[in-house]
Amino acid sequence: MTPILDHLWIIVLLPLLGSAVNGLVGLSLGERWSKGAVNAVGVGSVALSFLCVCEAVREFAGLSADKIPVIHDYFTWMIAGSFRAGFALQVDQLTVVMLLVVTGVGLLVHIFSVGYMAHEGGYYRFFSYLNLFVFFMLNLVLGANLLVTFVGWEGVGLCSYLLIGFWFLKKSAADAGKKAFITTRIGDMGFTVGVLLVFATFKTVDYAAIFQTAGPYPVENHLGVITAICLLIFMGAVGKSAQLPLYVWLPDAMEGPTPVSALIHAATMVTAGVYIVARLNPLFARAPIAMLVVAIVGAVTAFYAATIGICQTDIKKVLAYSTVSQLGYMFLACGVGAYSAGIFHLMTHAFFKGLLFLASGSVIHAMGGEQDMLKMGGLRKKIPVTFWTMLIGTIAIAGVPPFAGFFSKDEILFAAWAGPYANKPLYLLGICAALITSFYMFRLIFLTFFGQPRFDEHHVHVHESPWSMLGPLCILALLSTVGGWFAAPTFFGGSDHFKDFLASVFAPAAALAPQVAEASHSLEVQFSMLAVLVGLIGLALAAWLYLGDLERPKRIAKSLGGLYTLVYNKYYVDEIYAALIVRPLLWISTDFLWHVVDEGMIDGTVNGTADVAQAAGSQVRKLQSGNARSYATWVIIGAVGFTALLLGLLGTRP
Amino acid sequence: MSIPISYYLALSAILFGLGVVAFVFKRNIITIFMAIELMLNAVNLAFVAFARAHNQLDGLVFVFFVIVVAAAEAAVGLAIVLALAHSRQSLNVDRVDLLKF
Amino acid sequence: MIPVLVFFGCALLAVAGAIALILAREPIHSALSLIVVMLALAVLYLLLGAPFVAAVQILVYAGAVMVLFVFVIMLLNAGLEERTNFSKLMWVGITLGFLLMLETAHWLYHSEPGTAIANSPAGTIAPASTFDLSKLLFQQYLFPFEATSILILIAMLGALVLARKDE
Repeated sequence: MTPILDHLWIIVLLPLLGSAVNGLVGLSLGERWSKGAVNAVGVGSVALSFLCVCEAVREFAGLSADKIPVIHDYFTWMIAGSFRAGFALQVDQLTVVMLLVVTGVGLLVHIFSVGYMAHEGGYYRFFSYLNLFVFFMLNLVLGANLLVTFVGWEGVGLCSYLLIGFWFLKKSAADAGKKAFITTRIGDMGFTVGVLLVFATFKTVDYAAIFQTAGPYPVENHLGVITAICLLIFMGAVGKSAQLPLYVWLPDAMEGPTPVSALIHAATMVTAGVYIVARLNPLFARAPIAMLVVAIVGAVTAFYAATIGICQTDIKKVLAYSTVSQLGYMFLACGVGAYSAGIFHLMTHAFFKGLLFLASGSVIHAMGGEQDMLKMGGLRKKIPVTFWTMLIGTIAIAGVPPFAGFFSKDEILFAAWAGPYANKPLYLLGICAALITSFYMFRLIFLTFFGQPRFDEHHVHVHESPWSMLGPLCILALLSTVGGWFAAPTFFGGSDHFKDFLASVFAPAAALAPQVAEASHSLEVQFSMLAVLVGLIGLALAAWLYLGDLERPKRIAKSLGGLYTLVYNKYYVDEIYAALIVRPLLWISTDFLWHVVDEGMIDGTVNGTADVAQAAGSQVRKLQSGNARSYATWVIIGAVGFTALLLGLLGTRP
Repeated sequence: MSIPISYYLALSAILFGLGVVAFVFKRNIITIFMAIELMLNAVNLAFVAFARAHNQLDGLVFVFFVIVVAAAEAAVGLAIVLALAHSRQSLNVDRVDLLKF
Repeated sequence: MIPVLVFFGCALLAVAGAIALILAREPIHSALSLIVVMLALAVLYLLLGAPFVAAVQILVYAGAVMVLFVFVIMLLNAGLEERTNFSKLMWVGITLGFLLMLETAHWLYHSEPGTAIANSPAGTIAPASTFDLSKLLFQQYLFPFEATSILILIAMLGALVLARKDE
């Protein structure tokens, strides 16, 4: 009896209904009844969806292996020649993980928003957009073919734009929304070409059919068509998941409300890139060059973003660069063949990064809107719940056991060192990034919560947030603590439950991986110890610099001089992009295409035709002189000419 | 000796050409009308000559009709000239230029 | 012999009349020259063996149409001197008329029927009988005949309407 699994569309439809109701009648709902009505629709739809997901998971657990994946094709979307795409939803183990993350964390963020957005205008609009986002994200993860996934892909991009620019009257917010949309569009172009190439090669876009058709293809060690497909799809992932070089939109996206940052830019949308790479693992396994590219991009981004995070002073921007860095880890995992480790890190990251963002929202709410850490300090005693939950999140991200981040990050780094696609330089990048991550995260904690208050306590009344905001924080803190324990048995000789759960999804990739000797268990434990050590070093370094007065960091910054300025200004990437790409594009579109082509040529042609017609007319009308004799002259000229023509044509026949 | 038909045709052509010249040159409307009549006469001569050449009477019938139509045309045309003369007080065709651009 | 003389005489007369029409200063002189042309042409019709047409030419054309012209000239007191300015238009006109003449003559002369006609004798065959002409007119060309009678009626009406003074 699988009522939900048979009707998967319910899961998808509920948030859409919530969005539609709030969007269409939300204004009157909020005014005639109360905000509670808007909440009920907005939060309730996601809550119901979450319950359906739980039920679906329960049913899924009872299925035998041959019934997986569960695929339901609901209607034919388009048919063109031999191409058929239906609106099909599928559920397999990977989908289950993503569904739980999306609806679970989504529900918590919705509850948090009730408290956070309580005093904001456009309340109903916020929930409408947020529900719409959940709808599209569910489409993305439930899609059984690349097209439904792409619908979700584009839709979450749209919702991201809407939500980043939620306070659209503020120019920086509107600009940030545009920047996000346009930058991800560049990646989406690659994604689209990739989908086209998939159809051209495999004649289908359904995942099950693709993997079946791809069966006979061997592993490509050259730039073949499968490598091209993987690289193009990865280009889309680079845009959506904010990797080098398309990461520039994510820090600017912090202009949006904090729940948006938590849900979209930490837990769900940005993980879509990792999801699609993991979903297409049979194709990636056949393209080692693509996997290498993925791993390199991931590792370099992880390190690069971490370095920028050291110098940021805005609390949300630190978390934004941290997100970019952690996404780099996930791609590194996929690139070295440890797909389940990547998804595991996706899940734990959703927990602790979501927690960190929501907690930072709580801090900002407590500080009355202040986001600059240099203006905070000593908040530990004033907002204790926020402090403890944020501390738990920070320890989790630093990779200290027994919290969640340790297990997932450790697995990734070990796979980079000793897995089938091991790449020792990338491991070094990863471990250095881990050190820097721990450092800047604890810097954040010390700057915000410790030391003397660096603000005027008479003007800012620091108060703890309401329980609608603190509740989700506690739940996420709990998940950040226990969320990694799936993999705990590995330390005691058992096996990773999470990896076992996802084994059948990644079996095709595992089968094609190069065979290496199984690493010894003790080596693994040693590497784990190294990772923990690195985390603790970061903590110590941050404590030495930031626990106390801030003279030491200032001296070090001054002594580093130019290097510090470079990192502080985010390596001037935005300025470089503006000069190299934006300004030439603007020049081409304004000075060339607009003035020269549109005004000059096209308008010129149209106006010119009119001018020519008018000029011709003004000349021809002089023929109408009213002088009968000139008319007669013309008639006779015509007659003479005509006669000559006839003479010429008919000729004279002797 | 008998006169070849071509002589008549040549005469017709000459008269027609003179009619054209008169039409172009003269300023008085009535004179222009007379030039038209001259041209019609030249054409009549050609018709009669052809009728004789082909030994058929159809050409003569046509001449008959041409004369009739020329008469009707002259009547109406002169009526117009009368009306014009009343309104314009002049018979100079160059003064009739209301249709000028 | 006589036909040749008559022909050339009348031809010269016709051409002279036409030239006089062009060169005359007063419209009444042009009208009289035109009458001369018509009379000359009537003789030529006779020479071509079409006495009926010749008669109709004199009766209707010279006798009615030209009289109408003279009436109008008198009525309008068109004794107004008209001056032709011998402008560029003159040269254009002369050239055009000349060209037209040449072309038509060339065509008529050199086309196949033309040369045949050129060699057929004229004035040696019996003149057309009125009886045969009327048989043709009232049997084969009955419709155009009736139509032209209506045409004349309309022309009369038109002339009446147009020439009426508005009161």
